[in-house]
Amino acid sequence: MFSRILIANRGEIALRIIRACRELGIETVVVYSEADRGSYYLELADEAICIGPASPAQSYLNIPAIISAAEVADVEAIHPGYGFLAENAHFAEICRDCGITFIGPRPESMKMLGDKVAARKLAQEAHVPVVPGSEDQLKDENEAIKLANKIGYPVIVKAAAGGGGRGMRVAHNDITLRNAMATAKAEAEAAFKDGTIYLEKYIIEPRHVEVQVMADKAGNTLHFFERDCSIQRRHQKLIEESPCPVLDEHTREELCKAAIKLIKEAKYESAATVEFLLDKNKKFYFIEVNTRIQVEHPVTEMVTGRDLIKMQLQVAGGQNINLKQRDIVHTGVAIECRINAEDPARNFAPCPGKIEKFILPGGMGVRVDTHIFQGATVTPYYDSMIAKLIVHRPTRDEAITTMRRALREFKIEPLKTTISVCERILSHSLYLQNKVDTSFIEQHIV
Amino acid sequence: MGDEKKNDLKKVKELIELMLENDLVEVEIANGESKIHLKRPGHSQPQMPAVAPISVIAPAVPMPAVPAASAVHTQQPAQVKTEDNLVNITSPIVGTFYTAPSPDSEPYVKVGDHVTPDTVVCVVEAMKVMNEIKAETTGTIEKIMISNGQAVEFGQVLFKIKPD
Repeated sequence: MFSRILIANRGEIALRIIRACRELGIETVVVYSEADRGSYYLELADEAICIGPASPAQSYLNIPAIISAAEVADVEAIHPGYGFLAENAHFAEICRDCGITFIGPRPESMKMLGDKVAARKLAQEAHVPVVPGSEDQLKDENEAIKLANKIGYPVIVKAAAGGGGRGMRVAHNDITLRNAMATAKAEAEAAFKDGTIYLEKYIIEPRHVEVQVMADKAGNTLHFFERDCSIQRRHQKLIEESPCPVLDEHTREELCKAAIKLIKEAKYESAATVEFLLDKNKKFYFIEVNTRIQVEHPVTEMVTGRDLIKMQLQVAGGQNINLKQRDIVHTGVAIECRINAEDPARNFAPCPGKIEKFILPGGMGVRVDTHIFQGATVTPYYDSMIAKLIVHRPTRDEAITTMRRALREFKIEPLKTTISVCERILSHSLYLQNKVDTSFIEQHIV
Repeated sequence: MGDEKKNDLKKVKELIELMLENDLVEVEIANGESKIHLKRPGHSQPQMPAVAPISVIAPAVPMPAVPAASAVHTQQPAQVKTEDNLVNITSPIVGTFYTAPSPDSEPYVKVGDHVTPDTVVCVVEAMKVMNEIKAETTGTIEKIMISNGQAVEFGQVLFKIKPD
């Protein structure tokens, strides 16, 4: 087990990692930018090092500064959290070259699964169902049109290097497909410096269902069941839950088995999430792998009772996961609401500012993961998510009841937040009746 | 005028606007092989505004592991006038502070030494690269805040200078 690690991230995930390390007896060094100076969670680490000014490029994305901090602080490993450098294979390679353990997958696995086209190919080789689409990247318009007519419109053009919902365009016919290709390519070139695009059948009103996987260095690969993340706005998740309320046991088993197969194929280690789309006929299709710990990992932690961050630290430290698949069970229902500093009335515009009143909810079955405290200032430089509110109860109805109570108790003033939107969603008949899909927010809430 | 030249001119114009807006005297931005250096006439002493780092054209792809340059170009150390009218020289990077170029050499500066903007006052080592830190101001070394071999973070005060 490590004696000292560096946390190359900020906010709630940095605090999450500090907590896991504290319980494992691992010393923590956390880096921070000038914008995060004065944050309470910095005091909970054993050491805090300022690495740059507010801008992410000069701080949390600044590889030389982070490696330099790791060297002066003499740490054995770096936990990248999520976002920032978490899925940066180049950063993982540099850590390796500098003799620092990167807490996550090997760079080779990251590259293999991070490239969406390569991941699709790997899925097909592993006989994991994929969304019908191009075998490889699209070479020209004619090829695309032929393929689109074969698999049937509507189709979606996607960037191989993409993420976060960018570099994607839907097309309903040959004409709009030509436009879609040009736009997606340009967007991908601008955002990811890689204009490689591919084509997939556009699944209408799907559910987004993902499987949590964890693998150790010995190749022991386990799943921790699935999460349903269909409540999204512009491809950004807002509410997640486990288990997926519409899955039967057989489909669940097939889904989880498929996820494990794919991860094993990549000779993976550490945490991964395999994302699928579930269509109206309960058929699932692989779309992509996230080679990092995710924001919504607490949902899985609550239903399985397993600490995923501790597991990541143990795996990276060379300990094997001493569990068999049958040891991992899920009980009850967990729901997470992302609380973002955004104004739903102004199209979710970010609302930075000082938090004058901050009162946390509590009571049975309530968990809050947040770095925010009364008097904290939410700055405009980073993601607008300021807290994660998670509940865990024996049944879905009870979980919804508890979440509504907790949202009502949660006071964050004077900033506008997504608390009110979450309350509306959790009162909506479609959500209560399990009749939602990824188009729900766009169609029924905003 | 070619497109590339048009873009360059646009960039320079934007930089000039930025300089005027923030009352900056001198700006140097290096991005790989290319470098832009702009200086406003009529100012003899560089007067840096309190902590206004110039946003560098940061690459979307992370920077290479070992920069070859031995002087820090990406950022100007912020200089803030403290209450006792001294100027702080702060570290522009995370690393290890050294007072001399090597263990056997004389230190770059001592308390009482006079410095000019180009005087190298110390070295901060980061990832095996020795970054020479310049005074960027004219004055006398009043106090050395860090001991030899100590780790420093971004923005940490290294020296206090009494300006001329």
